[in-house]
Amino acid sequence: MAANKPIPPKPLSFPGGIHPAKDGKSLTEKKAVVAAPLFDRYVVQISQNVGAPPKLVVKVGDAVKKGDLLAEASGFVSVPLHAPTSGVISAVGDAPGPMGTLVPAVYLDADGRDEWTANRMAPLDWRTAEPAELKNRVRDAGIVGMGGAAFPTHVKLSPPPDKKIDTVILNGAECEPYLTADHRLMLEQPEKVLVGAAVMARALGVENIFIGVEKNKPDAIDKLNELAGKYGVKVVGLKVQYPQGSEKQLIYALTGRCVPEGGLPMDAGCVVQNVATAAAVCDAVESGVPLIERITTVTGTPLAAPGNFLVRIGTPVIRLVELAGGVTEEPRKLILGGPMMGFAQRSFEVPVAKNSSGVLLLAASEIVQYDSAGCMRCGMCLRGCPMHLSPGPLSMLIENEKFDLAAQNHVMDCLECGACAYACPAHRPLVQHMRRAKAEIRKRAKK
Amino acid sequence: MSENCNNVKLPSGDELILSSSPHIHDNQSVRKIMLKVIVALLPAAAAGVFFFGLPAAGVILLTLASCVAAEAIWFFLAKRPLSPLGDCSAALTGLILALNLPPATPWWVCVLGGFLAIWVGKQVFGGLGHNPFNPALVARVALLIALPAALTTWTPTGIEAADSEFELSTYATPLGKAAMLKTTATPHGSAHGDIYAELATDDAYWNYFIGNRGGSLGETSCLALLIGGIALMLMKLIKWQIPLVFIATVGVFSGAVHFFAPAMTPPALFHLMTGGLLLGAFFMATDMVTSPMTTWGCVIFAFGCGVITCVIRIWGSYPEGVSFSILFMNALVPLIDRMCQLRPFGYVRKKA
Repeated sequence: MAANKPIPPKPLSFPGGIHPAKDGKSLTEKKAVVAAPLFDRYVVQISQNVGAPPKLVVKVGDAVKKGDLLAEASGFVSVPLHAPTSGVISAVGDAPGPMGTLVPAVYLDADGRDEWTANRMAPLDWRTAEPAELKNRVRDAGIVGMGGAAFPTHVKLSPPPDKKIDTVILNGAECEPYLTADHRLMLEQPEKVLVGAAVMARALGVENIFIGVEKNKPDAIDKLNELAGKYGVKVVGLKVQYPQGSEKQLIYALTGRCVPEGGLPMDAGCVVQNVATAAAVCDAVESGVPLIERITTVTGTPLAAPGNFLVRIGTPVIRLVELAGGVTEEPRKLILGGPMMGFAQRSFEVPVAKNSSGVLLLAASEIVQYDSAGCMRCGMCLRGCPMHLSPGPLSMLIENEKFDLAAQNHVMDCLECGACAYACPAHRPLVQHMRRAKAEIRKRAKK
Repeated sequence: MSENCNNVKLPSGDELILSSSPHIHDNQSVRKIMLKVIVALLPAAAAGVFFFGLPAAGVILLTLASCVAAEAIWFFLAKRPLSPLGDCSAALTGLILALNLPPATPWWVCVLGGFLAIWVGKQVFGGLGHNPFNPALVARVALLIALPAALTTWTPTGIEAADSEFELSTYATPLGKAAMLKTTATPHGSAHGDIYAELATDDAYWNYFIGNRGGSLGETSCLALLIGGIALMLMKLIKWQIPLVFIATVGVFSGAVHFFAPAMTPPALFHLMTGGLLLGAFFMATDMVTSPMTTWGCVIFAFGCGVITCVIRIWGSYPEGVSFSILFMNALVPLIDRMCQLRPFGYVRKKA
């Protein structure tokens, strides 16, 4: 066990950030999670993790059971993929992906029996299991970061030996407006979250466990606190501030440590996991269930009955829109994720992936398309930026294609959180500029 | 694909709007900010019209109109769309310039000022956001140097003029009077150097506070300027560091000089309540385009403004130094911003 270094006084927030006026959480925060019914077809994207895409092990016509392997991990930074229900593989081909392109996917026609596979993993007693055993289980269950990053969780649990990890942090901030999936999870299944945290701490040999939750979820904080002592977890209420759930900002808020520029959380002695990931880890270890379903917020004012749903991975978004009562007003924007960092979609057929924390519909009246004006140096982007960059001046460098100067001015540190663009009174597409510069700089570095 | 849900159709893929995140916005805009600042200046403008009468209203309207016209003509000549006029920044420049002019400025000076501000102060640099100097101040200082007589002909307020002891021939602003007293008083003339006593009575301070004194159209009423300035600070439209540090620096500097050499300059409170300090500190030094973006940059900027204002007021040949100090510090803004550039979160100093 690593010795716990003293943690400096917690700042419980971070410098910078914004406070979106309309957080939209009231649409769904009181809606208990409802399990979605079985649909007749699932479209499971093959690559749902950062890193190497897994290798397909089924072919068209194969009958699979729920939890059967669809694809196996193809490297260390890769996770397997499992069938969300029992049925027949009707096709393997392209499907609309979350980034607007077509991506390879497995089409699974459900047989309606939803039978479990015979090869289901055996439950583990996490209190006695070896750390390596726990890590293997996390990998075999196909678990990736469910907050949005989709980074394979077992990789985060296997830091290089020269990095001393002394703290596990669970991210329950859920700072994205509109999303309440993590909130409901912490409220309804606090024990799963806490067990997941304890499992990961054991896998890492760490005793210091924090759950950071924004203070706008007092009920979830209370619920977690009732049980937290049993698992040695400290629940910490954090200031409501976007992007509090960003890894680096969360580490700072909870420990006062800064992740060095260009570094990873492990450089600050921390491993950060989303609460939903922790719950998935708990399922995998305690019941041998692979990651085949998740809680997703389906929300937006156009929907008749927005809510939180337990959905199988591979469910087309159109099914969720129907589940949420359909629309009462025509939506003009479909977003996978939250309004600050989510991706606009161009098809309702896009399926839910392991990292889809929300499906958001915006009506025409909520979408404002602006013509951008010149920067007038008001500095609102500087005050919003959680990374202390100067997005306005950077955007002017990028407009003039001065990518080397942008790199010198730390554009690579940008989180793309959108705080600058949210605040900009000149409506400059700051995030777009940052993304362009980052892509360009990476491309040049490769040459 | 358009399936029926509650009889409302889902749009097909082509009808969905695609855009980069973030998908929500603060709904703040340049136009809204400019309009709010204009509204915040209305108390000062109203006070000017109240104390100096209808000619002051004429100066305001004419200057404002000439600024907007100057910008429109520039866009027309440059064959550019007129749409940026909608951001109201030219109107704001016009209003600020008017508030900096004497209440009885001749009409042609107002028009000239409007064109100077927009053309020379702003558009030659590329328009809003690119001008290094506050356009209204560029115009005011250019007029002051080119047409000193028109820019230093002060009008008494209606209340002063009704006073039986009033003498028009020696009329001057309080700062002007202080400068005259300084030059006419013999070095050891009055006991304890209290030559400024008549300018620093309770009555005089009350008049400075409400605005019953000579001066530029919109600079006289401390009350009206404080209302607008504090409103802007509360709305976070100006960086509070600038007015606070500016005013505090002037107070401490002039107070210290007065303490050690009472004959040199009137007391600190006199300096704070007269001249264009409040107008400059709240509405001109805080111009977004020409002030630093960083917090510490604002502090340095405002400190510099305060020091230069005092130096000019106490030792300079002009009685007032607010305009010059802001323009000078405007020129240093790029340097200040560079000095105060933020370090990214988690910045590690590179090993040499």
